[in-house]
Amino acid sequence: MVKAYTKTPVGAHYGLGAWLMQRLTAVVMAVYTIFMVAYVIWCTPQGYADWKAMFSGHFIRLFTMLFIVSLLYHAWVGVRDIVMDYMKATAVRLTAQSLVGAALVFYLIWSVSILWGR
Amino acid sequence: MRSAPKPRSKYYMSRTSNADLNLANLPPPGLVSIIHRISGALLFFPAIPILLYVLQSSLTSEEGFQHWKQFFAMPLVKLVVIGFVWLYAHHFYAGIRYLLLDMHIGIAKEPARSSAVVVLVLGLVTAALIGWCLW
Repeated sequence: MVKAYTKTPVGAHYGLGAWLMQRLTAVVMAVYTIFMVAYVIWCTPQGYADWKAMFSGHFIRLFTMLFIVSLLYHAWVGVRDIVMDYMKATAVRLTAQSLVGAALVFYLIWSVSILWGR
Repeated sequence: MRSAPKPRSKYYMSRTSNADLNLANLPPPGLVSIIHRISGALLFFPAIPILLYVLQSSLTSEEGFQHWKQFFAMPLVKLVVIGFVWLYAHHFYAGIRYLLLDMHIGIAKEPARSSAVVVLVLGLVTAALIGWCLW
């Protein structure tokens, strides 16, 4: 018996996942932005002590980390779109994408060390 | 003697007018789109590494905090900060507009055009408001 070929022959379709994640991360960042603006208006942190206390709270640290992870993933999808649009030569495009990816991984590790490594 | 008109000249004209790269001639949705892209690129670099560096050194020590406090009090630095606030605000509002468009809200030509104007105005108003608070 001959089985019908049911796989779509074009594309890996991982683009849909990236598209969806770009939107989910955008919502997380929008909520964080509104939260932070409200926090600064209500609690009006003033000097170094307030600033340090603000980033010592568990909730703000976790929410900030969630924001940063969302930001880095969002930036990966967005910058990759820009790179794919303007860098036609494969070698140039892959080099740029690798540098961007390495930078984002570095930022992630750096962020953890800023928020928890003190 | 008049030369015969070039074939496909009308087609050629319409093609060149579509390829108008002057940003001032873009309709509002196009302007929102290109600023969304440019602001996204600038927020990736240099905004992310600068913000992480400032966050790190301002949290590590009192001297670091005071150093950045003085740095951000300089008028020229304030102008640059307001510029980046505008980039962030525009990216924020334009992003919300795209989320609505994705849900098929306001996708007809007229509402899409007016929401683009709203995004452009809100971005500038937010930057002006935060700039006023910082000054």
